[in-house]
Amino acid sequence: MLTAVLEPGGDAATALYIVAFSLFIIGIKRGTHPTTAKQGNLVAAVGMAVAVVTTLLLDGMGNWGLVALGLGIGTAVGVIASIRVQMTEMPQMVALYNGVGGGAVALIAWSEIRNEIGEIDAGHISSVPLDILIPILFAAVVGSVSFWGSNIAFAKLQDLIPTKPLAVPGQQVINGALLIGIVAACVSIAVGNDDPSQLTFIGILIAAGLLGNLVVLPIGGADMPVVISLLNAFTGLSAAAAGFALDNVALIVAGTLVGSSGTILTMEMATAMNRSVANVLFAGFGGAPSGGAGGSTEERPHVSIGAQDAAIKLAYADSVVIVPGYGLAVAQAQHAIKEVADELEKRGVTVNYAIHPVAGRMPGHMNVLLAEADVPYEQLREMEEINPEMSRTDVAVVVGANDVTNPAAKNDPDSPIAGMPIIEVSEAQQVIVIKRSLSPGFAGIDNDLFYEPNTSMLFADAKQAAADIASEIGNL
Amino acid sequence: MSLMTEITIFVLAAFVGFEVISKVPTTLHTPLMSQTNAIHGIVMLGGLIVLGYAGGALEYTIGTIAVAFGAINIVGGFMVTDRMLGMFSKKPRPKAEADDKAGGGGA
Repeated sequence: MLTAVLEPGGDAATALYIVAFSLFIIGIKRGTHPTTAKQGNLVAAVGMAVAVVTTLLLDGMGNWGLVALGLGIGTAVGVIASIRVQMTEMPQMVALYNGVGGGAVALIAWSEIRNEIGEIDAGHISSVPLDILIPILFAAVVGSVSFWGSNIAFAKLQDLIPTKPLAVPGQQVINGALLIGIVAACVSIAVGNDDPSQLTFIGILIAAGLLGNLVVLPIGGADMPVVISLLNAFTGLSAAAAGFALDNVALIVAGTLVGSSGTILTMEMATAMNRSVANVLFAGFGGAPSGGAGGSTEERPHVSIGAQDAAIKLAYADSVVIVPGYGLAVAQAQHAIKEVADELEKRGVTVNYAIHPVAGRMPGHMNVLLAEADVPYEQLREMEEINPEMSRTDVAVVVGANDVTNPAAKNDPDSPIAGMPIIEVSEAQQVIVIKRSLSPGFAGIDNDLFYEPNTSMLFADAKQAAADIASEIGNL
Repeated sequence: MSLMTEITIFVLAAFVGFEVISKVPTTLHTPLMSQTNAIHGIVMLGGLIVLGYAGGALEYTIGTIAVAFGAINIVGGFMVTDRMLGMFSKKPRPKAEADDKAGGGGA
């Protein structure tokens, strides 16, 4: 079709790859501020285009029909999916894209190992040099875990399977056994199992896929920010491993950058919940400790109000803080909430939004939704920044958030969420909680906030309630 | 490239990643994740390379799926990131327009 111009691993190809990953780094650097981030994304995309074109020009490229087919299908699916997806569905979209990335790595590893065997001596996997074999095995295992784990995360976020933690008896033992089996199979290949039909290798791919399923299945929806970050890091590292196997500097650098990014976010999310990553992964929330804490099942007294009362409380306040949670995303209430804020600001009320680091289903989820509703960037306040101002706030409105506002995290050392940093809404003069019922959040524990004397419950769908409140304020 | 050169690159890239990414504010974590997600679509290069020298039905199939997966990852990833960031870079609200938008979106 066209004459190849670049030698693989040659100076020209490497130089172009260096240009590509430099553009990735510049792109991420631009991502540190909202005004330059969009441009940064474009810079990174150009870097990707450079990397892809460089690869297509490498000597040894062929099978152009299939290349075009793969590129065509992938591009079409990617374009359609990203145009159709709603902002509230972003976490599952990211999970899905992450999954296909991991799947690609696992498949590449498989294809590469077949190729290496063919090149050296048909049927002798053990004669592949270790500095290629080890990265291939790593890429295969981690890519497969990431693919299946991300698919489960997607299915949970899309409500295709229950979001509640699903505990399988003996879970830890099964996971441990799978992991040991995978490592043992990898070692056996490395030390000289010839594996002529690659059955061991395929077994490794399957076992790793099973492990991905089993690790993510028991994790509850509220822990998804940690899981998605972690899977993102995994896919990045597996891409870097593929780069070692294929001697491709662009893959090594880009994959490692993503590995770093995913690792940082994972640790930040875990810190924000006062839990270790291991605890998130291996101790499904609401499992063991909830029995003790949820002991009091009798109805506790609470105050229930309607939209009109809520409107009056808000309209005559000086300062209002809105605390959004995943319920806001589910109800698609971000625009209606913005209407409430607009009505209040017309009356001279100061409105801010308090964003808990793990509110929603992925890091920064609430910020994206509120940005979609045109909430100004400056009104989105982080937890550490807004908590000291809570005692000077007249009304705090909790919309679809639960565990991140539970004062038990501060007051009750026996609570399963003890020590988790919270938005201290109970410090505000008055609290309005918009929620469908008194049912507990993902931690499976009662929220003491609902029963405090200065808390009023507004039982309704968040979007409907916000729309009602906005029109009531308008009528005052 | 020797193995040690590759490891050097890996370690340096990890440090660069930590430096650059720890400066991204919480507000932008979703787009950051989405963008880095798109960047690991770079594995598509691996797909292109292995498909390039593939032979036989099985390898053709594996390679084509790998390239398609990678392309979904890249194209979808950069496009959703662009959509999300478009929302952050809106003008600091000309009041009337913002109200119109909110009304339309809520309906």
